[in-house]
Amino acid sequence: MLSDYFILLISAVLINNFVLVQFLGLCPFMGVSTKLESAIGMAAATFFVLTLASICSHLAYYYLLVPLGVPYLRIIIFILIIAGVVQFTEIYVRKVNPLLYKVLGIFLPLITTNCAVLGVALISLNKQQTFVEATLYGMGAALGFAVVLILFTALRERIIAADVPRPFKGASISMITAGLAALAFMGFAGLTR
Amino acid sequence: MLPRTSSPFLESQHNTGWIMRQVVLAAIPGTAMTIYWAGWGVFANIIIASLTALTLEAIVFLLRRRSVLFYLSDYSALVTALLLGVALPGSAPWWIAVSGSAFAIIIAKHLYGGLGYNPFNPAMAGYVFLLISFPLPMTQWPELGNVDGVTAATPLEFLQQNTTLSMAELWNGEILPFGPHDGFAWINIAFLLGGIYMLARKIFTWHAPVSMLVTLGLASAFFYDNGSATSQGSPLFHWFNGATMLGAFFIITEPVTSATHPLGRLIYGTAIGLAVFIIRAWGTYPEAIAFAVLLMNFAAPLIDRYTQSRVYGH
Repeated sequence: MLSDYFILLISAVLINNFVLVQFLGLCPFMGVSTKLESAIGMAAATFFVLTLASICSHLAYYYLLVPLGVPYLRIIIFILIIAGVVQFTEIYVRKVNPLLYKVLGIFLPLITTNCAVLGVALISLNKQQTFVEATLYGMGAALGFAVVLILFTALRERIIAADVPRPFKGASISMITAGLAALAFMGFAGLTR
Repeated sequence: MLPRTSSPFLESQHNTGWIMRQVVLAAIPGTAMTIYWAGWGVFANIIIASLTALTLEAIVFLLRRRSVLFYLSDYSALVTALLLGVALPGSAPWWIAVSGSAFAIIIAKHLYGGLGYNPFNPAMAGYVFLLISFPLPMTQWPELGNVDGVTAATPLEFLQQNTTLSMAELWNGEILPFGPHDGFAWINIAFLLGGIYMLARKIFTWHAPVSMLVTLGLASAFFYDNGSATSQGSPLFHWFNGATMLGAFFIITEPVTSATHPLGRLIYGTAIGLAVFIIRAWGTYPEAIAFAVLLMNFAAPLIDRYTQSRVYGH
């Protein structure tokens, strides 16, 4: 049982990494990966939102939507929950760390539209996970997002100094780098059978 | 009046070209051993990959209006092509070497600005690109030592697919398989000698290769249960199979893509050894060096950031 949970967590962090294997949540991955400090802040904020949103979505689906017989409303309700959690996070960050709030700027409310957040909730439903599994899955997805975002940011800070040919400067070399990193993550394929 | 000079006073006479020539020199025994065991196809691959790499590099420098001869004479493209070519199966069609070499030189190296800027090891990026795109020709190794070109599973693939035979039955009772599968052991020994030569000439420091080999040995020793059917191979098996020694001494020691600080290099090597064992033992792909190296190339800038020495007075 415990080893099943461990495998679920590892699988969500590495093998089915949401950014580099499933290609969800690419907007903040590209948008906030220019400075390490803001990337760490973003990683923490997304970790919090993702975990909390997957817990709340799970509860809302099984204890609200299913008893009321309206499971087809799940996407609307999930987005509402995510927006609420993000708003909560935003208020909290502004109060606790105004500097980080400034640095993150528009990307903090944009966690709402981070497709990974909704993706985790929906995929978790599709897999018919239990409450504990859904929580771990959300945490694993968030952890995978955070790890990849921080590594990618450190790498991008190095690429800024590189002698990149002009047509490939900026977003295009970042996309190519993300692609090469995704190649590396292919190595984890099949680790959990 | 005395001429005023500033430090450094002891100038190194070794430029990039010298280091790269040393690497090529050190790779000769291992390459020769690979050709001896795996056939002339490997030699053809190395030649095709080298020609492609040099041509494309020249074209890139022409396009960027740089001095072609100056940059080509640093031999870095040749080293990339050699490392890629020696890792390709000899029976692979010619376009495998061409496309892998092109991916390595153009995308993994020159889109980032060429030597010194590439975050990923070009040869390994080319190899992984080929392995994912063309898995069939990339995994058909000729049976080592068999001149008739019969393809067979490599020992790592044997081990991966084996579920019924004990280790003793699988290798006919030989511990280090100096039997029908001994080709890989000899190839690895030859690359190990080349690596020791480069270590003696101070081409790289010992940190990354030693920590990688020690971690791989410890991990495999931990999971080795005296050779039952589900065991993962002894430390000796993992050290002298696949591309372990090639990876440990010729690939993870590349100064550009690895961590720079000694502590960082220890972390880097340890993580690669661990990733190699995990992917070899439980992953889909039988050989893991290329994936492990790319993964840690991805992580190297962050390792560097947290292990850099504090500047005095800072």
